[in-house]
Amino acid sequence: MRRRDAFRALAGLGLVACDTRKPHKGALGAVERFNENVEGVLLSDRAASEDLELTPLEAFPGYHVAPAIPQVPHDWYLTISGMVSKPLKLSLDDLRRMPRIDARIRHHCVEGWTAVADWGGVAISELAKLAGAKETAYVEFRSFDAPSFESRGYWSSWDRASAFHSQTMVAYQMNGQPLSAKHGAPCRLYGSVKLGYKLVKYLTEVNFIDRRTGGYWENKGYEWFAGV
Amino acid sequence: MAKPRRPQPLLIRITHWINVPVLAILAMSGLQIFLAYPFFGPRGAEYDWVPLSGWMPPEWIRAGGWLAGARHLHFAFMWVLVINAAIYVIYLAASGEWRRRLLWRNQARQRYNRLQRAAYTGALVLGIAEVLSGLAMWKPVQLHRLTWLMGGFDGARVIHFLAMLGLFGFVIGHVIMVIVHWRKFPEMITGGKREDA
Ligand code: HEM
Ligand code: HEM
Repeated sequence: MRRRDAFRALAGLGLVACDTRKPHKGALGAVERFNENVEGVLLSDRAASEDLELTPLEAFPGYHVAPAIPQVPHDWYLTISGMVSKPLKLSLDDLRRMPRIDARIRHHCVEGWTAVADWGGVAISELAKLAGAKETAYVEFRSFDAPSFESRGYWSSWDRASAFHSQTMVAYQMNGQPLSAKHGAPCRLYGSVKLGYKLVKYLTEVNFIDRRTGGYWENKGYEWFAGV
Repeated sequence: MAKPRRPQPLLIRITHWINVPVLAILAMSGLQIFLAYPFFGPRGAEYDWVPLSGWMPPEWIRAGGWLAGARHLHFAFMWVLVINAAIYVIYLAASGEWRRRLLWRNQARQRYNRLQRAAYTGALVLGIAEVLSGLAMWKPVQLHRLTWLMGGFDGARVIHFLAMLGLFGFVIGHVIMVIVHWRKFPEMITGGKREDA
């Protein structure tokens, strides 16, 4: 091999190792897994409780992947399933009757903006207790927000420690009001330890599982852990 | 008797030349990240006063291709920067080189004049501000004390962006000075002739 070819091969190898179109692979993927360990070590159960100023509701963005704001299906209920001894089907009223946690949290979007709201709902740890969930390493959240009629809905999977953080909840209240369609009605995942794209809106399923199942943006190349 | 030393010790040359592409990759992937939302301040209370808010960086100064790719690049090369900078700073401190290079009043024979030392000290401070504000945005909840010091996530974002502009200004001035004093340039590669300290 001539020296020029060797150089070209080396440069090519570098590009494959850092292919930003497939960032979970190669060197970038290896660093992502290293960063996940760092993020796991940094994660504490401390509740975010800063003195925060509320964002005016109309200035709080609402994203979805469906062509229009998803509307609640008439037969909606939330299923709690996976490795549980007692799978559950919960209505909104069932959720409202359960112990509620409230928290004022700053939302961190991967795009770089932030916004603050008060959230109220049922802790994931409470749902786990009620359904008799095994100590699984992951929890998966699924949604009825779907890019098209045939495709599966938006979803995300979480590490156990983040899902069982004291402020991670199925939220049905925002700023003391029922959740609006723009913000994920009838209920959504909320919490203080992840970026916005992990906080699944238009929730349909909470599954306690023993393997990672990626997520809608995660599978496109965004970080899976995405802690803040 | 002091050992004869080169005007530019090996570790300073190595860390200097590693720093150049690494800072370029961080700034360019940073601008790709910036493009996703080129504004500052929380929603509903934006900081319009930050220079360049609303600016869309053109493709040729961005790296990573898209937001996720740029974030992966940024969060990989940040470690290279941190390790490289740590080696540089520890070496400066341990070898006593900082006395000849940074802005401190003392007796040691200076390598650089006051203006150069001010510029190099400023670049180091900007680099540290960049790392601290970056960490504050990477983990605003877990590193909440650091983030609070930086004025919250949105404050850290402003500091991160302004320090990037400051570094950019330094590099422009620096490269102009290098061209003006082009005779000094080979020393930054070979280290130069050994001299008594
Ligand atoms: C340890 C080092 C660093 C860390 C931890 C870090 C971290 C970050 C993070 C987390 C973001 C995303 C902020 C957001 O969500 O908008 C970001 C953006 C950015 N970074 Fe860094 N960074 C580091 C070093 C640097 C350096 C050295 C430069 C430039 C020379 C740089 C330039 C930028 C720019 C221009 C942005 C986009 C501004 C924005 O949208 O907020 N970063 N960085
Ligand atoms: C293509 C870009 C660059 C070139 C050609 C270059 C060249 C040089 C040269 C020739 C010197 C020696 C000056 C002298 O002895 O009078 C030097 C020193 C220095 N450069 Fe650069 N440089 C570049 C980029 C950078 C960047 C991006 C940084 C960091 C922000 C930087 C930081 C420094 C520092 C701090 C010194 C002082 C030496 C020390 O104590 O570490 N340079 N550079």
